[in-house]
Amino acid sequence: MAASQVGSSLKRVGGVERVTGTQQYAADIRLDNVLHVKLVHLDCARAKIMAIDKSAASRVAGVRFIMTAADLPQPMPRCGPAYSDRPVLAVGETKYFGEPVAAVAAETKDAAEEAAALVCVEYEELPAVLTIEAALDPASPLVQDPAIRPNDPLAGSNILKAWAFDRGEAGNMSADCVIENDYTFPMVTHFAIEPHVFLAAPDPNGVIIWTPIQHPYVLQRVVASALEWPVSKVRIIAPDPGGGFGGKGWPKFEPLVAFLALKTGRPVRLVLTLEETFQAVRRASAHIHIKTGFALDGRIAFQDIAADFLIGAYADVGPRVVSKGSYAACGPYRTPQARIRARALLSHTTPSTAFRGFGTPQASWAVESQLNEAAEKLGIDRAEIRRRNLPAKGEAFIPNDTPADGDWVQALNSATEAIGWEKPLGKNRGRGVSLGLKSSSTASASFAIVRLHFDGSASVLSATSDMGQGARTVFTQIAAGELGIDPGRITIVMGDTAVVPFDSSTSASRSTVFMGNAIMKACADIRMQLQKMAAQVFVLAQDAITVGGGLVRTAEKTWTYAEFLGIYFGPPRGEVIGVGSARSEYLRDHPLGGKPVFWEMMCVAAEVEVDPETGMTHVHKLVLVSDIGKALNPRQVEAQDEGAAMMGLGHTLMEHLILDEHGRILNLGALDYRIPTIQDIPLDLYSILIENADGPGPFGAKGAGEGGTLALSAAVGAAVNEAAGVKIRDLPLTPERIWRAVEERRKRVVTSNQISMKEG
Amino acid sequence: MQAEKISITVTVNGERRTIETFPHHTLLEFLRDQLGLTGTKECCSQGECGSCTVLMNGRSVDSCLVLAVEADAGEIVTIEGTGSPGKLSALQAAFAETGAVQCGFCIPGMIMSAGYLLQRNPHPTVEEIKEGLDGNLCRCAGYSLIIQAVKKAAEAGE
Repeated sequence: MAASQVGSSLKRVGGVERVTGTQQYAADIRLDNVLHVKLVHLDCARAKIMAIDKSAASRVAGVRFIMTAADLPQPMPRCGPAYSDRPVLAVGETKYFGEPVAAVAAETKDAAEEAAALVCVEYEELPAVLTIEAALDPASPLVQDPAIRPNDPLAGSNILKAWAFDRGEAGNMSADCVIENDYTFPMVTHFAIEPHVFLAAPDPNGVIIWTPIQHPYVLQRVVASALEWPVSKVRIIAPDPGGGFGGKGWPKFEPLVAFLALKTGRPVRLVLTLEETFQAVRRASAHIHIKTGFALDGRIAFQDIAADFLIGAYADVGPRVVSKGSYAACGPYRTPQARIRARALLSHTTPSTAFRGFGTPQASWAVESQLNEAAEKLGIDRAEIRRRNLPAKGEAFIPNDTPADGDWVQALNSATEAIGWEKPLGKNRGRGVSLGLKSSSTASASFAIVRLHFDGSASVLSATSDMGQGARTVFTQIAAGELGIDPGRITIVMGDTAVVPFDSSTSASRSTVFMGNAIMKACADIRMQLQKMAAQVFVLAQDAITVGGGLVRTAEKTWTYAEFLGIYFGPPRGEVIGVGSARSEYLRDHPLGGKPVFWEMMCVAAEVEVDPETGMTHVHKLVLVSDIGKALNPRQVEAQDEGAAMMGLGHTLMEHLILDEHGRILNLGALDYRIPTIQDIPLDLYSILIENADGPGPFGAKGAGEGGTLALSAAVGAAVNEAAGVKIRDLPLTPERIWRAVEERRKRVVTSNQISMKEG
Repeated sequence: MQAEKISITVTVNGERRTIETFPHHTLLEFLRDQLGLTGTKECCSQGECGSCTVLMNGRSVDSCLVLAVEADAGEIVTIEGTGSPGKLSALQAAFAETGAVQCGFCIPGMIMSAGYLLQRNPHPTVEEIKEGLDGNLCRCAGYSLIIQAVKKAAEAGE
C-alpha cells in the first residue's frame, strides 16, 4: 500500500471541501469586532497630492479611522522583497493608477465604501511614463526619487537595473544566416478567481495577518521590517489561495493592514475587488530586439538579445523576473556565442510581479519564433532545426551551469509524433512546435517537521501554500509512502508561521523538489529515531530493529507504530518529531546567485485553424510534453500542464491590459478583459509526461506546473503563420491583428500582381 | 445616507427565513454576510465570472447581479444546499473524483451551473456542457476535467 502512494493519482486532499463550499478561503474568515477597509485612489496614474480632506468622510456613521501618509511613521516606511521602495501609502505623489492614498476603516463595508468616495483629495495630474519608449527617454520624468536608491549609478534614470549575460567570445558575432527582429509581449494580469484579501489583528504577541500569500515567510520578513519588529512578533496565517500564479507571492497591502490594525486596536479586513486586483498585480510587458546567427545547416551560431521589460512603479520582484528570464533566454539550445542585455524599466504602472513562467514566456516568444524564421529561410523543417540544436542529456549547454538534465530530444519527438507533424494539413490550418526552458529555483531552503503521534497518525508541518497545484496531496503521498501509513491518517498543516517551519517560497515549481525532499528526510529521521528507541526498550542492537511499512520489527515480533509508542511512552504518551530540510547553496559569483536545481522544460505542439475572414484562431490540437523526471501524482501534473497552457493561450491570443494616456487601465475588470473560457479549450488536448527519474526531487521528480506558459506562444504563433500566411511578432494574436495582417498581405499580392501584369 | 432595512422572507436551502436586509445589498452579500453561507464566492461582481452562481426559483443566477430583496418570497439553493462533505451530490462526487478541482475557488459556481444544466438536459453533449458552463471562469483552467466530471455525473444519473 505505502510504496505505491507515489506515482498514483491520489484524489486531491481538500477536494471534498472545495466541492461542498466548506473550504475556508481568506475572505470566508470572520473576525469579531472587525473594521472594514476601503482604499482611496485617484483617477490617474501619476499625481501630486496637494491636500487630503477627510472631514466629509469622517462624518459618515460608522467610520472609525481614515489613514493617510501623515498617520504613518515618518519617514514613511518603505518595503519590498528586494528593494525597500514601496510606501505603505502614497506619499507626496502617486506612482500608478490604483495606488492607495488613503484607507478608510469603518464598522461596515457600506460605510467604508461611502466614506472612501467622500475622501477629498486635491491633486494635480502629472505626466506619466507608461511605455518602454517613454521610460528610456531621457526627457521623461523619473518614476522614483533617486534618494530612495542611494549609491545606485542608475538612480538618475528609469532603469532600475541592467544585466549583461554573455556566453563564448563576446567579440565579433557573424554567421551565414542572420535574422534580426523585434518582438513584443503584452502587459497581462493574473486574474486569480479569488481576489486578494488582507486581514490583520493586533495580538498580545504583536500582530496577526491573514492573507492567501504564497510565501508566508517573505511576508513575515517584509511586515516585520516595515514595523521595525522582530519577525517573531509577526504571525502570518495563509489560508490556501484561490489561485496564485505568482500574483499572491509578494507582499502588497499587508503592511498597510498591519498599521491599521495597530492604530485602531481592532481587527481589520480589506477585500480587493477584481478591478483593484488588476491594479495590484500584473506581468511585465517586454520588447525584445534579437539578432540570431545560424550556420547553413541550422545550427545556432549566436544570439544577440536586447530585452527591455516594463516593470511598474515599484520593484516588487520585477528585477528578479527580468534577470532570471533573460539569463536563460537562449532556451534549451547549444548557443556558442551569446550577448544578452536586459533592463528592468520603471514606469507609472502597476508594479509587475511574478507570474507563472517568470520572464521566460517573454524571451521564449522571441527566441523560438527566430528558429521558425531561420527554418523557413534555410529550408529546414521547424522541428528538425530544433533537434539539431538541442544538447544531449548531461551536456553543459550554458557554461558553468547545470547541464541539460533531461532527454529533450525525446520530448520534442513525442510532441511531433502526437501532433502528426508530417500529416497533410487542411485548408487554413497550420502547425507549430516550440520548446521552453526555465531556470528553476536557485538558492533557496525548505524545512519540514513531521510529527508521528502516539496513535500512529502523523502531521506534516510545511510552509508551502497549496494554491491549486496540489501540494497537500503530493506531500500526503510522500509522507504516507515514507512512513508506511494510510494517507487518511496524515494531516498536512500549512500556512501559519507560528506553527510551520521556514520555507523560502512557493514558487519556481520548487515545492515538490525542495519541500518534498525535506519531508522525505523528516520521515527518515522518524524511522531512525524509532529504531533507536526500539533498540533502547528491547535492549537490542540498532541493526536488529527494522522500521518500515508502518511497523517496528525485531526478529521475533512486530508492532504497529501505535503499539510501539504505547510501550515506549507508557500512559503519559508522547510523540516522535522528525525534522528535515533541503537547501540549495547561494553562490555569490553565479549571475543568479545559484545554479538552477533542475531545468523546467516543456515542449508544445499546436495545430490551429485561422478564419481569414475574421482573423479568429481556433486551436484544434494541443500537445504538451513535460520533462518531469517522475510524476508523483500524474493527474495533478497533467491538470497543471493544461492549466498553464490555457494561461499561455490567454496571453498568446487574447489578453492584454490597455492603458489610456492617464495611465488608467481601460479594460479594467472581467467585462472587458478576456481570459480563456471553457469554449477556448482545444478540441484535442494531450498531456505527455516524460518520466526518466532524472530529477533532484523525491523519486527523481522535477518541478512542473509552469510549463505550458513557457513554450506555447511561439508554437501557436508559428501555426498561425502557417495557416494564415502572416508573420506577427506582437502578442496577443488577436483576431483584429491577424485580420489586418491578412488584409495587408492580400493588398500586397494584388499590387504585385498588378505590377507584374503591367510588366507583362 | 443610511437606507432603511426591508424584511424579506426567503427559503434558502430548504429553510424558510425572514430577515431584514438593505435594499441595495445583493443576494451574494445577503448569503455570505448575513447568512454566513460563504460557499458562494465573490470574484468579478459584474456577472461575468460565474463564481457566485446560485439557483433562484429553480434557475441559475449570478447572485452578484440580483438584489436580496428580489429574492423575497423566493427559493434559493446554494452550494451548501446541494450536498455536504458527508453526503456529496453526484456532481460534487464527480468533481472530486475526476480531479476537476484545482484551487477550487470557481468550483461552487461551476457545480451550480452544471447542476442547472443537468436539470434541463440530463445527458448533455460536450458542446452542450461547454455552452452550459461558458459563463463560469476557471483560471486554473481545469476545463477538460470539468467536462469529464459533468459527463460522469450525467452518467451517474443526476
